[in-house]
Amino acid sequence: MSGSRIVSLGHYQPSRVVTNDEIAQLVSTNDEWIRDRVGIVSRRIAESSESVADMAAAAADKALANSGLTAADIDLVVVATCTAADRSPNVACRVAGKLGITAPGAYDINTACSGFAYALGTVDHAIRAGASRNALVIGAEKLSDVVDWTDRTTCIIFADGAGAAVLTATGEGEPAGVGPVVWGSVPEKSDAVRIEGWRPYVRQEGQSVFRWATTSLAPLALQACERAGVAPEEIAAFVPHQANTRIIDGIARRLGMPHAVVAKDIVESGNTSAASVPLALSKLVERREVPSGAPVLLFGFGGGLTYAGQVVRCP
Amino acid sequence: MTREEITTGLAEILEEVAGVNPEDVAEGKSFTDDLDVDSLSMVEVVVAAEEKFGVKIPDNEVQNLKTVGDAVSYIEAQS
Repeated sequence: MSGSRIVSLGHYQPSRVVTNDEIAQLVSTNDEWIRDRVGIVSRRIAESSESVADMAAAAADKALANSGLTAADIDLVVVATCTAADRSPNVACRVAGKLGITAPGAYDINTACSGFAYALGTVDHAIRAGASRNALVIGAEKLSDVVDWTDRTTCIIFADGAGAAVLTATGEGEPAGVGPVVWGSVPEKSDAVRIEGWRPYVRQEGQSVFRWATTSLAPLALQACERAGVAPEEIAAFVPHQANTRIIDGIARRLGMPHAVVAKDIVESGNTSAASVPLALSKLVERREVPSGAPVLLFGFGGGLTYAGQVVRCP
Repeated sequence: MTREEITTGLAEILEEVAGVNPEDVAEGKSFTDDLDVDSLSMVEVVVAAEEKFGVKIPDNEVQNLKTVGDAVSYIEAQS
């Protein structure tokens, strides 16, 4: 059975940079506190006219341009997001329309911050099942729409952006570039991160999420390595959901990956939920920090609580 | 285990996790106000204490542990 591999990546961030000092004008907080607790120095916030689909399409357009394929080659578009404003049409159809992709399979997936790895898993499965040959997998979020700008515990964290990958089927005898997904959820902790109601705002139990993330996730991430047949020492980069630098450091410490570059895009991008993994990965690849073909561990986690991760070969 | 032994054990954890001087750790001290342990470091302290003392400290209990003495009493009652 053939598998899939990532051919190329692309990302998009809104042009407006919002510093911690600007946030401190809205709520009682300060730059030092935010840097110390969350690790964020600045974040990007979209204009009110800029939609999740606009950002998703911009990231996907770059990924497609980097792939050597054209819109006509794409037969599946999957978008991971929890902040789409509309129930229908979904973001995937809007992206396909903007990029001139005709008649693709198109669906959105919502597992909050773990979304990209879930989407990557389902698309890998679709390709393995023969339902797709070339697919776009996108994580895109506009958290600024659901942030309560009077709540200092959350409004310092979240931001907007998008990242995208082009996946293709591997040929006969060619090793798979996307490893088996390890995924799951913790339904009894569903209340730990919420974007609930008709006019929703994001709320979270920070301590509860921090504890779960720093204690439960490293063994699951190592399971993804094991399922891919890659030893932790071989991992060239670790790209976790960009939730909080202290969570990232806490997980990384437990992984035992001495040679891995650990993605810290949160410092300049904030927490962009499902967009954070592809955004950080795309930037690592663009800066050539990871050699082509090297194994990279992706791991998303968040609202649900859900998690998913896999080892991919760097394009 | 005596309260003194638990306090000494907590002091070791606080030094490792949050860089607190062990000499500053006493039952009357508040984690946040006196020892400058923030909410996330507090979680790390709790996780390390569970392992060290073989107890369970659930999420909803963490906010009740305001002082070192609160934590000592909780651990003493559980172990």
